[in-house]
Amino acid sequence: MTHATSPSSGLDLRRSETVRRLAEQHATDRGALMVVLHAAVAELGHLERTDVETIADVLNLSVADVHGVVSFYKDFRTDPAPAHTVHLCRGEACQAVGAESVFAQARAQLAHRDDVEVDEVFCLGNCALGPSAMVDGRLHGRLSGERLLGLTEEWVR
Amino acid sequence: MSGSTVYVPADSSAVAVGADAVAEALGSLEDVTVVRTGSRGMLWLEPLVEVETPAGRVGYPNVTPGVVAGLVAEGLLSGVAVGASIGVVDEYPWLARQHRVSFARVGVIAPTDIAAYEEHGGWAGLRRALVMEPAEVVEELAASGLRGRGGAGFPTGIKWRTVLQTSADLKFVCCNLDEGDSGTFADRMLAEGDPFTLIEGMLVAAHAVGAREGYIYCRSEYPAAAATLRRAIDVAYAHGWLGDRIQGSDLSFDLFVRLGAGAYICGEETSMLESLEGRRGEVRAKPPIPAIEGLFGRPTVVNNVLTFAAVPMILADGGAAYAALGSGRSRGTQVFQLAGNVRQGGIVETDFGISLRDLVEDYGGGTVTGRPVRAVQVGGPLGAYLPATDLDVPMDYEALLEVGGMLGHGGVVVWDDTFDAARMARFAMEFCAKESCGKCTPCRIGSQRGVETIDRIIAGTERERNLLLLDDLCTTMTKGSLCAMGGLTPMPVQSAIRHFAEDFDRRTS
Ligand SMILES: Cc1cc2nc3c(=O)[nH]c(=O)nc-3n(C[C@H](O)[C@H](O)[C@H](O)COP(=O)(O)O)c2cc1C
Ligand code: SF4
Ligand code: FES
Repeated sequence: MTHATSPSSGLDLRRSETVRRLAEQHATDRGALMVVLHAAVAELGHLERTDVETIADVLNLSVADVHGVVSFYKDFRTDPAPAHTVHLCRGEACQAVGAESVFAQARAQLAHRDDVEVDEVFCLGNCALGPSAMVDGRLHGRLSGERLLGLTEEWVR
Repeated sequence: MSGSTVYVPADSSAVAVGADAVAEALGSLEDVTVVRTGSRGMLWLEPLVEVETPAGRVGYPNVTPGVVAGLVAEGLLSGVAVGASIGVVDEYPWLARQHRVSFARVGVIAPTDIAAYEEHGGWAGLRRALVMEPAEVVEELAASGLRGRGGAGFPTGIKWRTVLQTSADLKFVCCNLDEGDSGTFADRMLAEGDPFTLIEGMLVAAHAVGAREGYIYCRSEYPAAAATLRRAIDVAYAHGWLGDRIQGSDLSFDLFVRLGAGAYICGEETSMLESLEGRRGEVRAKPPIPAIEGLFGRPTVVNNVLTFAAVPMILADGGAAYAALGSGRSRGTQVFQLAGNVRQGGIVETDFGISLRDLVEDYGGGTVTGRPVRAVQVGGPLGAYLPATDLDVPMDYEALLEVGGMLGHGGVVVWDDTFDAARMARFAMEFCAKESCGKCTPCRIGSQRGVETIDRIIAGTERERNLLLLDDLCTTMTKGSLCAMGGLTPMPVQSAIRHFAEDFDRRTS
């Protein structure tokens, strides 16, 4: 392998090649934009300004249009993804079994960790077995504050 | 045959409480075959392991990997029920009392086992539809009285008839699997547990209206449902149930799964269509209705998962058989979802007309905290909070309207006496503010003002004046919103005030 003159421009190049490849792969799908954005986030973790430009170019859309779609949907993040994510359910069924107070303490403790991003979500489809949370993409039910923190403790080690 | 067959759900809810580890522990035993299924919907018993015996499948509730060895020593694999068993699952009263039509196969078969699907009655509806004229299929649907299960309750036959009668170069069939309502999970469980039923319902629709392409819009919070559906679609193609000239008929149909991206409003059908087209999920003004100008401007059937899931039986047994079930103008069965503070939460599929009390007290077994029921929210985050005194209401579209509620997608969320109506009214406004698509002012700004006004009421600041202001705001939202997001948010708010007024006046407490 040859070294790029500047490591960051090498990365940029690889990144833009990846985005272009994903966009081209789905370019003929009907209404391809959502599919491409999902694919890019899945592969790269988040979307950069230049990714938006590349996608717009391949799909023959304006940058403003692509940006408009990116900014509408929660899933299309524009800041680098953290090492871990915790999505706590605030839906009514989870609130009915005390989710707000169950999660309050865990939320406070996790707030100090910069490897973890804690966010809210309104229902995970596990409403009979709440409180529910999605931890690194895995669904958990019947959670207590301790169990939730227990799930995140492995990350520290 | 030697060896035992055990069934362990791979449903997301079962997995969320440890089913995978249980399946692994059972799979490591000698002479044991583990079959992963959907869930029976008795969620409080999950992980529920079932063992094949001569008498039927015997169930063991709340199994953990740690108890597997002990259960085996007691005779788990002996062919009879032992220890903590609930007996033969099909005879378990909670399940046996139900009328499972759409959910008949969920939890029974392996979700993508297409041979098992057929053995359990699958494809019978589509087979009959394929030898009927499209217009006859539509009339069968109309005769069944089936109404959309996504929330609005619009007659499905009329919708399909409109699409059939609108000529176009291209038509679409779209399934709404956005299921954003909190307290609902039946769409997910059907997609994960019996995806071919959904595919069969969509194929009947395609034949009925003359569509050859379809999309399932699945919310991204349901990755397992999307994965199961994609697997099922691959299997269906491989067996000639999707693609060109399905089973040698004139019907050709291609089906795709598309993911939402974390926006509640994309469950509203026109917003969903915008999203499928690759745009911001902003609600379209109606008319034109999607049945005439839907996806990419073409006539489009949009139905909820449970609506499509009712279709195979309607075609197999006839519309009249379905119409014979239910009460009033609510025909057939409804898949209720019991959730929140309830001891026995899960899926209750019964004929329309069961009372809310039956659901909450008999099926639900009361609250999990053991405290009295104070409120029940029926119909998702835009549904009303009903007081315990309304529990005798029969569960059908019209009866719920009469008590100021709505059926919505059939979610029933139970609260005990710690329920705080003012806090939940505020939450309804907050939810609307966060999930509004932003297209119209009453919803976008109104909900924000709603949060602030309720905050002042809770703080006791000019209480009377602010209650009047809130009422005014609710009227504006109800009347002035483009869609039911802003239009129905006043329902939980105003029902909370009406039935639990004391919670909005805490000066003395
Ligand atoms: C804010 C809002 C959210 C909705 N969410 C859903 C949903 O998640 N799933 C669904 O099937 N219908 C949802 N609907 C109803 C759809 O707009 C539409 O009526 C339905 O998909 C039509 O199918 P059906 O006739 O089979 O019910 C929602 C409506 C509104 C106003
Ligand atoms: S009511 Fe709300 S969600 Fe519906 S169109 Fe208006 S702003 Fe959008
Ligand atoms: S409300 Fe929390 S999972 Fe549905």
